[in-house]
Amino acid sequence: MRVDIENLAAHRGGRPVVSDVSIQVPSGSVLGLLGPNGSGKSTLLRVVSGLAAPSSGRVSLDGTDITALKRTDLARRVAVMAQEHSEEFEMPVLDMVLLGRIPHGRGYGRDSDQDIATAQQALERVGAAHLADRSFSALSGGERQRVLFARALAQDTPVLVLDEPTNHLDIAHQIELLDLIRSTDRTVLVALHDLNLAARSCDTVGVLHQGRLLSLGAPEEVLHTDLIRSVFGVDSTSVAHPLSGRRHFLFDSRSPESPDGRPTTHQFSRTQEETEAP
Amino acid sequence: MPTLVLVLVAVLLLSTTVGTIAVSPTDALRIVIGHLVPGMPWMSDGSLSTLQDNAIWQFRLPRALLAATAGAALALAGALMQAVVHNSLAEPYILGVSAGAGVGAVSFIVLGVGVSSLGMGTAAFVGALMATAAVYLLAHKNGRIAPQRLILAGVALGSLFSAVTSYLTIATDAQNVFSIMFFLLGSVSAATMGHLALPVAALIAVGLYAVFRARALNALLIGDDAAASLGVNVNRMRSGVLVAAALLTGSVVAVCGGIGFVGLVIPHISRILVGADHRKMLPVALLGGAAFLATCDLLARTLAAPSEIPLGVLTALVGAPFFLWLLRRDRAGSVGVDR
Repeated sequence: MRVDIENLAAHRGGRPVVSDVSIQVPSGSVLGLLGPNGSGKSTLLRVVSGLAAPSSGRVSLDGTDITALKRTDLARRVAVMAQEHSEEFEMPVLDMVLLGRIPHGRGYGRDSDQDIATAQQALERVGAAHLADRSFSALSGGERQRVLFARALAQDTPVLVLDEPTNHLDIAHQIELLDLIRSTDRTVLVALHDLNLAARSCDTVGVLHQGRLLSLGAPEEVLHTDLIRSVFGVDSTSVAHPLSGRRHFLFDSRSPESPDGRPTTHQFSRTQEETEAP
Repeated sequence: MPTLVLVLVAVLLLSTTVGTIAVSPTDALRIVIGHLVPGMPWMSDGSLSTLQDNAIWQFRLPRALLAATAGAALALAGALMQAVVHNSLAEPYILGVSAGAGVGAVSFIVLGVGVSSLGMGTAAFVGALMATAAVYLLAHKNGRIAPQRLILAGVALGSLFSAVTSYLTIATDAQNVFSIMFFLLGSVSAATMGHLALPVAALIAVGLYAVFRARALNALLIGDDAAASLGVNVNRMRSGVLVAAALLTGSVVAVCGGIGFVGLVIPHISRILVGADHRKMLPVALLGGAAFLATCDLLARTLAAPSEIPLGVLTALVGAPFFLWLLRRDRAGSVGVDR
């Protein structure tokens, strides 16, 4: 399923946090969103998944504006793995994954055998089948991430929206999860922090800086040391992997000309205010 | 579940046989069937006295049924509230229902000519609905009801109304204080079959709604965003559930006064027994609430006979130790009480 983001702008807490972002994500491809903390990745993903309304622009799935879809219909197309979740009440892991089947069922009904099979398969795919009977809150951070990813898989949608899914994961599980993302035929939008892993796993990367899309394209075209310095405020060295020849980045230090890491903050916020003012 | 149904039926039957007028369980059952099915021979052959018939059909049965209905309704309202505000300390009265009802009933006694149960009930219902509407409006902002704001608004308004009630109670004639206290602590002693209509109707309507939306309620347990991404319209669901819980609680409070404890604790007991899944937990809460309150009422009118212990006092006296015992067991840890 194709995802089109057109001229999207969004506010959070009354402040503009995403402006004028346009991205086409072809069906079955993986788009990585990169950018420092507060660059608007999460807000952009919230709008794409229908959890927040855009202040202008639109998001469409195979040409259908998501605002024209009913909640359930959207939930059958887009599964979300967010960074936050509530834990007031306790739940076994399998039940947690089975929640992903809600958009496909109706009313009071028991979980069908097929629902349970789908949930168990999803747990197996993330290497968490052995956790099925454990209590969700008794899991480690990494185990929780994998269970939440299993829930998104069990939702069985053509589009996956993942906000920093590799948080808390050890390196083996990071690679495993990203390989899993690559191997599905689903369209994936994923926010990531690790530039090298993103370059390895995404078909396309988009770099967000202060709410704007600075650069979009294949990882090897987009990622270079100048961009890393201007966006993240970090000096880096680019090296070729001795075996694969793929470009990797070694991070050296905070770049001296931008001690706060945000060299163009003042300039940016001024332009934003100017464009947002009526 | 089947055990709970049996317990409930047993308690109801026992309630009809216990009292100053002796009626055997068989006779009690015959009287109940005789009223439900026309043309039963034993109703007219003189084997049952009018006194026995009245004791069962006019007093004991309506009262036991009202206690069971109120218990089920409060447990359901509590379970719904806890799910939609993501807070395990939520209970039906958090919407200010009982505090509002208290002001309504006490104002009626203080300002009115005397004590009439119908007038007090109406005043209590009006007070309950007004308080709930106020809490609801205060919690509403930008088209959204924030759970935290709802809880805080409810607590604040509840304190305000309780203060008014306390002042009115102190300021009124001494002879009224007993009726006021009795209402505030809750009682089903004045029950008739007519009293059952409102809470039963509310219980059936909201019960069907809750059971039909059980999966969506499960989704709400993991947070607003996660529920929304699973296709649940969170705002509409929350408004709907709050209105449902308020009607349920208001209809109970109007007839029985403020019976505490049931709405807070029965949902937790149900979760400890069968887990947080509403498809399993709601039926257990409904039956458990009914059996629990019917038992409490039976004790309330027998323990200190011929005088009565207020129902609200007994629910806490019986319920708290049981709940604390459950809370200490390992099983409670698996539903998250150790966090």
